[in-house]
Amino acid sequence: MPTIPISKAKAKYDVAIVGSGAGGGQMAYTLTLAGLKCVMLEAGRSYDPATETPMFNRPDQAPLGGTSTPDKPMGFWDSTIDGGWEVPGEPYTQDSKNEQQFTWWRARMMGGRTNHWGRISLRNGPYDFKPYSRDGLGFDWPISYEEVEPYYNKVEMLIGVFGTNTGLENTPNSPPGVLLPPPKGRASDLLTQKAGRKLGVPVSPIHRAVLTRPLDADNIPAKLHPNNPWAQKIVGDSMRRRAACFWATPCGRGCSIGANYQSTTVHLPPALATGNLDIIADAHVREVTTDKNGKANGVLFIDKTTGKEERVNASAVVLAASSGESVRILLNSKSARHPDGIANFSGKVGRYIMDTVGSSLSGQIPAMENLPPQNDDGAGGSHFYSPWWLYKEQLAGKLDFARGYHIEIGGGRKMPGGNSPVPSDYTRGLYGSKLKEEARRYYGSFVGLACRGEMIPNENSFAELDPSVKDKWGVPVLRWHWKWTDHELNMAMHAERTFAEIIETMGGKVRGTPAKTGLDIIRAGGNVKHEVGGARMGESRKDSVCNKWSQTWDVDNLFLCDAAPFASNADKNPTLSIMALSWRCADHIIERAKQGNI
Amino acid sequence: MDMEKNDSLPRLSRRDVIKWFAAAAAASQVAPFLSLAQNAPPAAQGYGTDPKVAGVFKAGDFWPLTLTSAQRKTVTSLADVILPADSLGPAASAVRVPDYIDEWVSAPYPKQKKDRGTILGGLKWIDQESNKRFKKGFANISAKQQTAICDDLCIQNHKDSDLKKAASFFRSFTGLCMGAYYSTQEGWKAIGYIGNVPTATFDGPSQEVLDKLGVTQTVS
Repeated sequence: MPTIPISKAKAKYDVAIVGSGAGGGQMAYTLTLAGLKCVMLEAGRSYDPATETPMFNRPDQAPLGGTSTPDKPMGFWDSTIDGGWEVPGEPYTQDSKNEQQFTWWRARMMGGRTNHWGRISLRNGPYDFKPYSRDGLGFDWPISYEEVEPYYNKVEMLIGVFGTNTGLENTPNSPPGVLLPPPKGRASDLLTQKAGRKLGVPVSPIHRAVLTRPLDADNIPAKLHPNNPWAQKIVGDSMRRRAACFWATPCGRGCSIGANYQSTTVHLPPALATGNLDIIADAHVREVTTDKNGKANGVLFIDKTTGKEERVNASAVVLAASSGESVRILLNSKSARHPDGIANFSGKVGRYIMDTVGSSLSGQIPAMENLPPQNDDGAGGSHFYSPWWLYKEQLAGKLDFARGYHIEIGGGRKMPGGNSPVPSDYTRGLYGSKLKEEARRYYGSFVGLACRGEMIPNENSFAELDPSVKDKWGVPVLRWHWKWTDHELNMAMHAERTFAEIIETMGGKVRGTPAKTGLDIIRAGGNVKHEVGGARMGESRKDSVCNKWSQTWDVDNLFLCDAAPFASNADKNPTLSIMALSWRCADHIIERAKQGNI
Repeated sequence: MDMEKNDSLPRLSRRDVIKWFAAAAAASQVAPFLSLAQNAPPAAQGYGTDPKVAGVFKAGDFWPLTLTSAQRKTVTSLADVILPADSLGPAASAVRVPDYIDEWVSAPYPKQKKDRGTILGGLKWIDQESNKRFKKGFANISAKQQTAICDDLCIQNHKDSDLKKAASFFRSFTGLCMGAYYSTQEGWKAIGYIGNVPTATFDGPSQEVLDKLGVTQTVS
């Protein structure tokens, strides 16, 4: 991905964008195709999926079979560069009084976490924008589903999302022709679906940003950019360079043929092709600077290649560095006018951080033993899921938690290697040919069900600047505070019971010992890597950080386009909503620019 | 592959010979299992947070291998007893499982360092046991004799603490061997994995599988 050194930067840009992932990528795409001059700052190095993705590499070709290490926590082939739960030289700290901790996944690479994510692309539904109105908990968003819907449509057409319209409650349909056809169900999907039918749990194709056929490059660009033939050509050319999935290689490695969405193959190439985007890599942003009127006028960063502090000047600034990093930058942007950090007159910057409730249960299914070999690779990730199905029961007060979860279905004949393909309790006491026969018998006979649920924002889950710890560049770091409430813990227990029922209905045996409390099974805060919030959008400058355009109340040329403005964290994975809201915000910036107002 | 010339020397990757000798000299001893002294892993470096992942690597490329030739002989014999050549596929040593074990116990990461104590201690125990019973090391006894020792290690709930540890080693070692064996194309064939190939369409389970499971394909 082409970058420039700071020495080649323009004297001033229309917009400076911090971060190159889903939010920053979408922002750069929309602004540059509208003719605005942008500079993007990425904290990590440049990265080229076409040459750096380990397609088809086998476990016996990687150190330690590709298994997890502290250097590569999600395994050797995970596309994450210079990141993981720890980033060397860039620590974060925890509230020492709290038993529950927050784990923070960061990447330091072009495209950020979009390179490795699960590609699960679910729309928030109408309820998800107005949760407080529905059950009196958390906050409403200052926008409705109807206001965001056109942007979900556009993002899905641009990035390519497969799936099915189910018409289920609070699970929006996409307009006809927008979704790509879903892949066929694997054996584990179909068995789960059959069990779900008996139990009243709907199971359907999931929505993921994987091209199950080539994008319609002849027609989609005109829908995305009406009356802009120049943009249509650039976007069409970019779409034609993406191939459809060839049904091999897990998506978490990235994709050299561009068959799935990552910012580096979908957003950044057309943005660069406009000639309106300069990208500076290895730029560790320290703060947003302001002029004498309190308006944002640029960004200060450390050039990691020289260790020197540098700046770019811009008429507007967009933070899309991830919720946590954007909070860190806002709180560090102190001045006489912004003594507690920029855009923080409400005191709410860093507050109401949420992650996704994560837990899982697996089972062994005797019916799946010794199946004839099947190629289960498919679209490199999940094919089926269960959207949340108990809205009515919840509204009627029949459940002991207020929000929903969806079920992600895993299993089948995954690429073996690295770790033993069969858990040791199935081969205990065996060796020799008997061991090999039993491995073949049990391989692929396991199904895993994962809970991905909504966390309600609370006063005890937040981030602030650590008063003493600084990173290797001298920048104060975040200190995290975390606490689940009974809503999340009870949800995890409900999921555990439901999963056990599903597994038993499939004739399977649940693995592991039953949990006594939700804390036994819920993953640590941040562990699902869906941290959102910290600068929520709202109706009033008194209790929120930005307005319905993701524009900060206090500084009207400062915008937040990662998940920091999220007022709630529906069970739907956040990335699609980040992109939709970023596009919407970009349109707002373009309107303001037309009026000479940035 | 085999660069060994002398039974007493560890198997080294060329690149890191000098670095390793310097590091090994400085390294401290790890706590031995069964009170038997073990050589400590060298203070090698890991592959870092930005390795070139789109590459093809082999054991020894990132850190030196440290098993002695004698240890590797025991590893090879034991791995081949656990995963022998048969109708499902070749023996463990034919697909470089011993290299994998050597890479694993030589790795500079916490999990592998912990496993190193278990594995080296277990290798020592199994050779001592073999010598005690059959007057020869494990690699040099008959298949029947090897089976006799392995059968003992498969017994659950040993009361004797050394046997208990040895049985625990055998389980760990078996897990490592399986991870290594099924990482290979031969292992994939043995277990029935037929993916990692590009195809024009994804057809899902065959009718035979659908019938066997009593399900129907719901995506057209």
